[in-house]
Amino acid sequence: METIGREVDPSSLFASIRVDRGNHAAPFVLDVSIEAPPGITILFGPSGAGKSTLLDCVAGLVRPNSGKITVGEEIFFDSASKAELPPQRRRVAYVFQSLALFPHLTVGQNVEYGLNHLPETRRQTRVTEILEAFRVGHLRNQKASQISGGERQRTALARSLVTAPRVLLLDEPLTGLDSELKTSIVDDLRVWNAARRIPVLYVTHSREEVDALGERVIAIDRGRVQDRGAPMDVLDAPRRKRLAQAGGFENLLTAKVLDLRESDGVMRVRLAETMREIEVPLAHASAGDQLHIAIRAGDIMLAAEPPRGLSARNILEGKMVSLERRAAMVIAKVDCGATFVVHVTPGATRALELAAGKRVWLVLKTHSCHHVD
Amino acid sequence: MTSLWLSFELAGCVAVILLLLGAPFAYWLAYSSWRGKFLLESIVALPLVLPPTVLGFYALLAMGPHGPLGRLWISLFGHGLAFTFGGLVIASVLYSFPFAVQPLMVSFEAVDQKLIAASAVLGAGRLRTFRRIILPLSFSGVVTALVLSFAHTLGEFGVVLMVGGNLAGVTRTVSIDIYDHVQSLEYADANHQALLLLAISFAVLCLVYGINRRVWTFPWKL
Repeated sequence: METIGREVDPSSLFASIRVDRGNHAAPFVLDVSIEAPPGITILFGPSGAGKSTLLDCVAGLVRPNSGKITVGEEIFFDSASKAELPPQRRRVAYVFQSLALFPHLTVGQNVEYGLNHLPETRRQTRVTEILEAFRVGHLRNQKASQISGGERQRTALARSLVTAPRVLLLDEPLTGLDSELKTSIVDDLRVWNAARRIPVLYVTHSREEVDALGERVIAIDRGRVQDRGAPMDVLDAPRRKRLAQAGGFENLLTAKVLDLRESDGVMRVRLAETMREIEVPLAHASAGDQLHIAIRAGDIMLAAEPPRGLSARNILEGKMVSLERRAAMVIAKVDCGATFVVHVTPGATRALELAAGKRVWLVLKTHSCHHVD
Repeated sequence: MTSLWLSFELAGCVAVILLLLGAPFAYWLAYSSWRGKFLLESIVALPLVLPPTVLGFYALLAMGPHGPLGRLWISLFGHGLAFTFGGLVIASVLYSFPFAVQPLMVSFEAVDQKLIAASAVLGAGRLRTFRRIILPLSFSGVVTALVLSFAHTLGEFGVVLMVGGNLAGVTRTVSIDIYDHVQSLEYADANHQALLLLAISFAVLCLVYGINRRVWTFPWKL
């Protein structure tokens, strides 16, 4: 381990593994091949998709049934040559979803824990530096069990990163924080990684975090890689129904293709739940096919009287079912045969005098209707 | 009072030895995924269900001049093991084993697995993880194990009688002493000793329950 103690060159993480877990009644197979260059790679997908298992394999906490995991030249695991590095020697930083701070130790002792190989003075300097970088220097002598939510996340990040890892694994580390706090922690993380450029695998199922962080997204579902690429490409045209739900498409509708208008680049479909017709972008389909249409709640416009003179092609009449205020947003449910979820602002809610039972019209832009197979 | 002092000495020795022996054993039981683990768990639990005379009988055979333990002892120290303080300690360790192992195992198991994983990822080996994370977080289990094995040894009778006999100052513990007094119809003396033992045992149990409310979770986990 001669690399310990000096900075290693930025190198990519590569993992191509198969893990068989679960039992006969509910078998689960994770079979993925991913590459994460220096920078943040987001693992995105519903819970139970296998994201955390993948991280556990990289950290050495779970042994894959077969495959290979490497970082740069170093082999973490290789079933072919029976090579396996124990977790202690992988120099991987792992922030668990539960954070796993040692509750009986202070913030300082937690952060110091991974620096056992360094002499005392060097250790204290490193701890001081990282605590300052993550703005928790003032908590150094407090018990980890006594600090607040955001401070816990910052401490967990500091504890992992102080060891100068060659890979950083983050398993939904910002769950449960408000978006302002999230943004500030994400910024600190970005600054930290800009200087080091190590591969970061960031597990989340929050759209917000993908947009804030994402350089690359790998979408995983049911143990398989479903898609990879830039966040916009992967998330805005979801290929799978379950990913659509996880990806913030609140409305998912079944539709039957009526006819294709290829010159206009659109086709007409009938929504199965409502028996109403709408126009959606052209897809590889033919008349009579059934497909799923995903629409974001934020992409739907809501009108209190029949709209006129709009470019939007699809107008559905319905009845307001409920309104629920959440932070700076109102979640409206509208019954048009099927229930649509629509996001409106509190101001619009007042201006349109929206209330349950009121007749409303939904306006859907053709290109806000995404296909899902 | 020598019998009471002897009981304390015995219980103290047994409690410390049991903590040292029981901790690695409990650690193994808590984290091993070996399929045959239940066999060892059953063996450890045996003293809970066996009459003390059965355990004492076999302990006596093993410690006798022809038993394996006895012969080993004679070759090491030049004298036999039966009817000595040393023999009493060994038999008591066996007899109180579950009372040390069970609370230790329960508290080791209760330590969040993610903390152990985090420790490993941060570079700590098993021993360091045990010393810095598992043991401090199992404090109540350690105290419970110490106190329970102390109290249980203090109160044992059958095994002591079988293995130790009744030698004043050597193997006559307070529980034997009480029996003696009753046999000789010295009820006042018996009462005196018995009350003392009762008070001590009660105080000890108060201590355990004060620290940990979930001690009596026998039998193990089913």
